[in-house]
Order: sequence, then structure tokens, then C-alpha cells
Amino acid sequence: MGAVSATADERVAKVSVFRRLLMKPELGAVIGAILIFLFFSFLSPVFHSAAGIANWLDPASTIGIMAVAVAMLMIGGHFDLSAGVQIGSAGLIVGILTTHFHLFIWASIAVSLVVVLAIGAFNGYLVVRTGLPSFIITLATFLMLQGLNLGLTKLIINTVQVGGIREEPGYDSAKAVFASQFTLFGQEFQITILWWILWTALATWILMHTRFGNWTFATGGDRNASRNVGVPVKSTTIKLFMIVSAAAWFVGTTEALRLGSMQANAGFGRELIFIVAAVIGGCLLTGGYGSAIGAAIGALIFGMTSQGIVYAGWDSDWFKFFLGAMLLLAVLSNEYVRRRAATQKKG
Amino acid sequence: MTMAPETAIDAPVLELRNVSKYFGSVISLKDISTSVRAGEVTCILGDNGAGKSTLIKTLSGVYQPDEGEVLMDGQPITLDSPRAALDAGIATVFQDLAVVPLMSVWRNFFLGSEPTKGKGPFKRFDQATAKSIARKELKDMGIDIRDPDQAVGTLSGGERQSVAIARAVYFGARVLILDEPTSALGVKQAGVVLKYIVQARDRGLAVVFITHNPHHAFPVGDRFLILNRGHSMGDFAKNEITREELTAMMAGGAELEQLAHELSRDSADPQVREAGREFKDEAADLGIAD
Ligand SMILES: Nc1ncnc2c1ncn2[C@@H]1O[C@H](COP(=O)(O)OP(=O)(O)OP(=O)(O)O)[C@@H](O)[C@H]1O
Ligand SMILES: [Mg+2]
Repeated sequence: MGAVSATADERVAKVSVFRRLLMKPELGAVIGAILIFLFFSFLSPVFHSAAGIANWLDPASTIGIMAVAVAMLMIGGHFDLSAGVQIGSAGLIVGILTTHFHLFIWASIAVSLVVVLAIGAFNGYLVVRTGLPSFIITLATFLMLQGLNLGLTKLIINTVQVGGIREEPGYDSAKAVFASQFTLFGQEFQITILWWILWTALATWILMHTRFGNWTFATGGDRNASRNVGVPVKSTTIKLFMIVSAAAWFVGTTEALRLGSMQANAGFGRELIFIVAAVIGGCLLTGGYGSAIGAAIGALIFGMTSQGIVYAGWDSDWFKFFLGAMLLLAVLSNEYVRRRAATQKKG
Repeated sequence: MTMAPETAIDAPVLELRNVSKYFGSVISLKDISTSVRAGEVTCILGDNGAGKSTLIKTLSGVYQPDEGEVLMDGQPITLDSPRAALDAGIATVFQDLAVVPLMSVWRNFFLGSEPTKGKGPFKRFDQATAKSIARKELKDMGIDIRDPDQAVGTLSGGERQSVAIARAVYFGARVLILDEPTSALGVKQAGVVLKYIVQARDRGLAVVFITHNPHHAFPVGDRFLILNRGHSMGDFAKNEITREELTAMMAGGAELEQLAHELSRDSADPQVREAGREFKDEAADLGIAD
């Protein structure tokens, strides 16, 4: 018996080191982020100065908050194409309610949360009810919300930009929470960076250490098997859509408060960025695999590349090329990892 | 006080009454009645496509019958989801095993029934407990899983089947349903599964066992329900049927003999003829051909 268990342990040691590393979804993103950091630091010394870092952490943080939520949904096996436009909806609701209807700003923020969560629940409900691909369902919500954001804004305030949020009572306290800055090593950073870290930590905890997290991986991995062992697949799916909506509410509110105004077309087209960040972070397009930390690093790669290209003095058109190449690389390596480490072995 | 509880004790744990299930125009089950008693093993036998899996899925809450009813302890119940069945103490090893390939062994083991610790917002999956129980249960089954953190998709077919069986045995409180649990197992592990079935029966569980192997079915079964194209060919107690009759009914006796004949006589290829002869010998061993 002792001899048997000793050989068994050897087998573990041999297979696992390689496989364990490969099984970490965020591995590729970490390597990519380090390379990109070194690359742009080499091209421009400003890139790794405190000011430079503060500069690229800012876009990374808002994209990151969204990407982490989108990654959770992708792990659960779904997409939300309305994630970007919901940012616009959330910010517009805050803006219009405070400036036009003179609702106290915190009340507007609460109403915005309720409305956007309802949109998420609607998405999730339709997906589980119809069994249609979430791609199609949320494409429909994306188009409808795009129309509603523009149409209702024009109808209510006769223009496509809500301004003057800064003059409303309660603005300072709301700004302190969502859109202030903090100083570290004599450099100002956006508070969204802290929120980004918090969201990532929370999402990681939920995914790895709660029943809901286990159900998320299971639902995305095999919906039918999950249902058959008693996982509440439907409610898990609906909640995941609502988590994406909650993130959109957070980012939308942040943007409205930071700028003091909101465009009626805000957020359009950003949904793909979040999905790309999640995929770069190791999420499989087929669901059931991925990590919140990976998605956060995917967002970091976004932030570094978008600002790095500016510091390097290149035309910003190159940004899109870089991103496309990165996505391709990520998808290929994710596919390799999946085949290598976690597909069904015959026999 | 006297009558009602006594009948409840006497009633089968699970009972199907005139159950039918249709998939569009396909009649998967027609007018099936059977019962599963505590401390008994009910075997369900039949050809591929006979409706065995459909039958156990109506017992485990995956499907709801289109006609007829399911009774538990003599009372009609609606098992509207696998969760409801699990909550009623019915655990199932599905033919497709219902495991998530990308998830680890221990996560799969407790999927849907995770132990928790902590309170309120800090309530979390008790992973240490889950890991140690999963490891112990698998070890008891004689399965040497290299590493419980390994993804189930990387296990061999038999190992995967063992994970699903160990899980159902662990969670089945009143009824244990196994849909061809030994199909991918070696002789030793198949023996362990049969031992588990007997142990579960002796603990007073009601067991439903689907298999194609009469050598597995006959020794452990107390009742035998034979299905053919969705219809019941009979529901026998062990003393109403012999092993040979059972084997013949399962294999479709005459047809099998014909098949062996054709293989051994008509083929031009001597190797196929040889295989046919062996097949015929095997059929004779099973007592369904001479
Ligand atoms: N979801 C479904 N939709 C349509 N037809 C189905 C469905 N499930 C089962 N059937 C049909 O019902 C019949 C019985 O299938 P079932 O899976 O119960 O057979 P089985 O006895 O378990 O066969 P096997 O021994 O191969 O596992 C088959 O003809 C099958 O095609
Ligand atoms: Mg079957």
C-alpha cells in the first residue's frame, strides 16, 4: 500500500507542474502585460514614471471593472452585447434625474441602479426563458437601449448632452465616492483604480470561494449536467447578467460624475472591448473557464497599449492593430490550454 | 394513527403508475408501471433505445411524465427538477454522468450540494471539507485519483464514471438510481459498484439499476422490469424468472442466434467466420443459443 501511494504521488509531481501552470487562466495575460510594460518603458521613459502610470491606470480601471463582470458572465457561458450601452443608460439616468427633475443626486444614483439591474434581469430572464443564444438576445437589448438612450434624452431635455451635474446639491459627496483622486508618492491617481482592485478581489472571491462561483463555472461548463446535479442554472444566469449591469451602473455613474455631463451616445461600442479584455485574460469563448484577475490584467493591457502608443509618438491607429493581434494570440493560446489541459481524454 | 402510517411504511418508496412520455412523435415510454421498495434492487433491462434512460429521468426529475403519475411513499409527487428529486433523497448516476469536464474532481463531487461555512455575506464553500470527503469517498471505491484538483475531463472514462457513482452513493439518502454505471469499468471496479449496490440495499435504500449485463443484474436484482420500444415486457420478482429466461429476454434470444449463425456461415472472410463462431459460443454460454 505504501509503495502504491508513493508511485501515485510521483505521477502527481510529474504531470502537475506543467499542467497546473497551464491551467492558470491568467498566465498568458500576465506574461503579455509584463512584455508590453517593458516594451513601452523602453520606447518612452515617461511610460513608467509615476505620472505615466497614473495615466494608463485610469482607462484600465474603468475597463477593468466592466471586464471583471463580463468575465464572470462569460465563465457562466454568456455574452452581454448591451454592457457598453448600459453604461450610457446608467449615467444618463443619474444626469437627467438630478439636473432636469432635481432629484437629490444619491436618490438618482439609486434609481439608476434599480433600472439598470432590471435591464440585466430582463436580459437574463429572456436568455434562460427562450434558450436562445445570449448573443442575439443582448444584441436586441443593445439596439433597443441605444434607441432609448438617444430618443428619451432628446424627448426629455431636447438635446443629446446632459450637463450641469456639478452644480447639483450632493455632488461633492457623490464625486468623493465615485470620481475623486488620491495621492500616492506625490502623484494623483483616480479613485476608480481602487474600486477596480476591489471589484477584482470581490469577483475572485465569489468565483473561487462561494457556491455561486462554483455554479457559475458549472453552468458555463455544461448547462445540462449542472441542472441534473441540482445547480440552479437559471437563477445563476440571471444573477450574472445583473452583475454586469451593476458594473455598468458603477462605471456610468463614475463617468457622469467625473465629467459633470453625459452624452446620449456614451458607451456605444465599448461592449467588445470588455469581451476582448476578458478573452485576453484567459476566458474561453465557450464558457466554463476563466478568471477575474485575468480579465483585470486584460484591461491593464488595454490601458497600457492605448496610452503607450501615445507616449511612443505613434499614430493611434496602431492601437486597433495591436489589440486585434493580442486577441488573436490570446484566443489561440486559450484554445491550446483547453485542449492540452482539460479536454476529454478518450477511454 | 394506526392505519395511515402503516400503509405509508408498506408503500414503495417510489412508484410509477401508467407513465407515458412522448418526444414529438416518438413514443419513448408507454403505460409503464413499476415500483421501487426500500431495501430492494429494481433492475431495468432492454435494448438500446428501449426507453430505460427516459424512465429513470422521470424518476430523477429531469423529465415530467406526459401521462400517469409518480408516487413517493404512496403520495403523488411532482419532481419538477433534478433539484427537487435530490431534495427528496433521490440521487442518480446519469448515463452521460452529468460531470463538468473543465472542473476539478472535488468541485464536481459536491456540485449543486456544496458544504458551506461562515454566516451571512461571509458564507462560503467549505473547500477543505469538500476535498477531504471527495478524496476519501473515491479511495473507498478503489479509485486512485492522482490528484483531486485534476479536471474531470482529463480522467479516463472509467475514472469519470467512478466519480459520478461515488457522488450519487454519497448523496443518495433514500433512492439510488444508476444508469449503466458499469459500462466503462474494469472487472474490479464493476465488482466494487455491485458491492455498493448491495450495501445501499442493505442500508435500506431503494436502488434502481440499469445494465446490459445479465451477470451483473441477476445476482443483485430483486425485481426486473423489461422494456422494449417503450413498452413493458413484464415486471418480474426474482422468484418468477430464471437467469436464463432473463438473459434470453434481454438479448432477444432468437435474433441473436440468427446473427451468430449468419456471421459464422455466410461470410467469405475466415476471420469474420471465426469471430462469428466465438460469438455463437458466447451466446451458448449465456444460455440463449445452442
Ligand atoms: N430528448 C429526446 N428527444 C427526442 N427523443 C428522445 C429524447 N430522449 C430519448 N428519446 C428517444 O426515446 C427513445 C428511448 O431513449 P432512451 O435514451 O430512454 O433509451 P435507452 O433505453 O436508455 O437506450 P440505451 O440502452 O442506448 O441507453 C429513443 O428512441 C430516443 O431516440
Ligand atoms: Mg440509456
